[in-house]
Amino acid sequence: MRREGENGYRIPAGCAISGIFDRTGEKINGWEIVKSIAVMHDRSNGLGGGFAGYGIYPQYKDYYAFHIFYDSLDAKHECEMFLERHFDIADLSKIPVRKNKNITDEPMIWRYFVIPLQSKLVESQLEEENFTRRCVLHINDKIKGANVFSSGKNMGCFKAIGFPEDVGDFFRLEEYEGYCWTAHGRYPTNTPGWWGGAHPFDILGMSVVHNGEISSYDANRNYMESAGYKCTLLTDTEVIAYMFDYLIRQKQLTLQEAANVVAAPFWQTIAAMPEKEREKNIYLRDVFSSLLITGPFSILLGYEGGLMALNDRLKLRSLVVGEKGNRTYIASEECAIRAICPDVDKIWAPKGGQPVILSLDQQA
Amino acid sequence: MPLNYIFPEFEVVRNADQCVACRACERQCANEVHHYSEEYGRMIADNSKCVDCQRCVTICPTHALKIVKSDNTFRENGNWSAQTIKEIYRQADSGGALLSSMGNPQNYPVYWDKILINASQVTNPSIDPLREPMETRVFLGKKPSTITRDENGELVTKRPPRLELSVPIMFSAMSYGSISYNAHASLARAAKELGIYYNTGEGGLHEDFYCYGPNTIVQVASGRFGVHKDYLNAGAGIEIKIGQGAKPGIGGHLPGKKVNEDVSHTRMIPMGSDAISPAPHHDIYSIEDLRQLIYSLKEATAYQKPVIVKIAAVHNVAAIASGIARSGADIIAIDGYRGGTGAAPTRIRDNVGIPIELALAAVDARLREEGIRNEVSIVVGGSIRSSADVVKAIALGADACYIASSALMALGCHLCRSCQEGKCNWGIATQRPDLVKRLNPNVGSKRLVNLITAWRHEIMEMMGGMGINSIEVLKGNRMMLRGIGLNEKELEILGIKHAGE
Repeated sequence: MRREGENGYRIPAGCAISGIFDRTGEKINGWEIVKSIAVMHDRSNGLGGGFAGYGIYPQYKDYYAFHIFYDSLDAKHECEMFLERHFDIADLSKIPVRKNKNITDEPMIWRYFVIPLQSKLVESQLEEENFTRRCVLHINDKIKGANVFSSGKNMGCFKAIGFPEDVGDFFRLEEYEGYCWTAHGRYPTNTPGWWGGAHPFDILGMSVVHNGEISSYDANRNYMESAGYKCTLLTDTEVIAYMFDYLIRQKQLTLQEAANVVAAPFWQTIAAMPEKEREKNIYLRDVFSSLLITGPFSILLGYEGGLMALNDRLKLRSLVVGEKGNRTYIASEECAIRAICPDVDKIWAPKGGQPVILSLDQQA
Repeated sequence: MPLNYIFPEFEVVRNADQCVACRACERQCANEVHHYSEEYGRMIADNSKCVDCQRCVTICPTHALKIVKSDNTFRENGNWSAQTIKEIYRQADSGGALLSSMGNPQNYPVYWDKILINASQVTNPSIDPLREPMETRVFLGKKPSTITRDENGELVTKRPPRLELSVPIMFSAMSYGSISYNAHASLARAAKELGIYYNTGEGGLHEDFYCYGPNTIVQVASGRFGVHKDYLNAGAGIEIKIGQGAKPGIGGHLPGKKVNEDVSHTRMIPMGSDAISPAPHHDIYSIEDLRQLIYSLKEATAYQKPVIVKIAAVHNVAAIASGIARSGADIIAIDGYRGGTGAAPTRIRDNVGIPIELALAAVDARLREEGIRNEVSIVVGGSIRSSADVVKAIALGADACYIASSALMALGCHLCRSCQEGKCNWGIATQRPDLVKRLNPNVGSKRLVNLITAWRHEIMEMMGGMGINSIEVLKGNRMMLRGIGLNEKELEILGIKHAGE
């Protein structure tokens, strides 16, 4: 079985996505999101499911939580040597799983709570975030059989080949609680043999679940590789996560600005804007022209303290938002919201290219 | 001596039943092929003068004329083609280097024709350009590498100087002198109407055309013909011409017979003198000198104009482009070996340079590898023959395309490749007033607008098929391309997979 991304092996996929966010920071049990995504069973085909939870590791909230798949003991050994050379490892353990008859061929799945070694940081002349990013990209590109699939602080991704509800059961999500959850059910056209290709895709806590197949992929990838990111999976999700990491963390754009880059307003819309807004949008489209995303997509972008939902500018994929009290629900289909919140106060569909940005109330 | 005689390449075939001896062909042919014989009471032709420009065929009111390739043959020889043999006879006769015009006509591979474009099926939808916005606007110039914000945290939206194009096609450099006043007028008006640019070439800018400045790129070549401060400031951008695809390594050639009073005034050279540009710029013997010229031009224009550096596609083009990108240029124009010209030594036109497809792929890849792709835009030409070539060029990594031969064809050029003679029957590559007036700028500009409008429609159709509704992300989107009948090495250089992969 070829590993996804190897020798240009790219698999198109359709999907279902779902997310829950509590702006007061109140904890939501991981099983809630499993119930939601399970309703959209028919939007996935059992070849990939996954979740991201935020606020789930309060005991290690200042440490990067690396979730790593290993294909072999050799890979694990090599990767751990690398981690030891670059990081202070506060804790490491297998990620607890429960046997599920539909989840098979699991790799070794380990979790590490790490912070960069001070001496290495000084030597590299990078700040903590850049240093960690480089290490993650290095492992994924260079250490064969090791894949860091989650690397944020106080968050974690859980993913596998299987239907999402089985994946949630396998990873015992009912044992985790967080203020934000996203979920994904995958409908790939080919059979991926490898778990790394499932969603969410995460880089330093910026995680993406995505439904769609983007036509701008290679233009986006070329730009990101030129900026130092190595796309190893050749999936849309991977490049989209890198794009947001780049625009928001490296270029310091606001979420709204980043949304205006990837789902840019049409020129005719820009022409009708007030001058200042127009200038700004022309600037963003011109400067980041290669980071526009075309083709259908609906994404949930999770990050520390917030969640953003975004549709392509033509709204070629469904995306629905529901609100109830402090909680916001976002899903590919309304049924996935109703399944866990039957009496929502408000339900609506955001326009194409119009981001829905949620963030924690102050202090949380 | 009989060795002087070369059998004519073309034969004028006149249908005697249809010919009414109106003598229109005689009046229209600047090569003096046709004349009326009082003695025989009919039209006769001197085939030896015919260049197959198709003018007489096109204007003959009774459709009595056709031009065919002569079937007179030398004894067939796989090694010595008739063309080669004739050229030897001509050189033995004259002692001169052979001169030709337009692009390399030899039978080398055309990579555009070995590349196929993708379309969406099922997994993502194609987009209908008749019903959805389909965007073809592009900007050329440097992209700022750092984002700056004012004290209120608002983005500072000032950008380096740039060109804005409604569609990523521009009219490539053709000098006033090599082509006519009316040809320039047609190009300038069309560029303005289309929201794109035309290029003065190295012959200066006629004073009548300063009004088209916002749609004009002014060129500075090694001969510096017609270059002065007002000229530099007249255009929207400045192009330094290092080389051109038709004749890499040498400068421009304008035969003295095309230098009339107006051309002489615009070029700032004496009437009737050959305008032979030096092979190199004598102030650029190395890459650091290029940087100085770029900044001299920027100083002269107060850093308001993007500077294009145009080079011919040669073997080491990727490294050269990388050097140019680091020298302050805003745009690199690369001209492939099929690029046209008004006059070039035949041997150079036919044997020097490399295909634009390979050069483009190599340059784009190199600039990306080095992380400097955003420092410059890439414009390619030589030769872009259709909207499909444009789509393929953009997907290989070009920001925009230059067209010239196809623009001339829109004006009537029939590719007879005799521009250097100055007797263009279509009023394009000539300065003879009686010929120039045959090209009506109202008609010419309209035909150019039609051509680009048609191409734009086709580009939008192809983009829509790929599910791409903005040309910005067609750029460098090589996964949208597949090769057909190409070997591994060619695919590797083009950075594309083979069809079926």
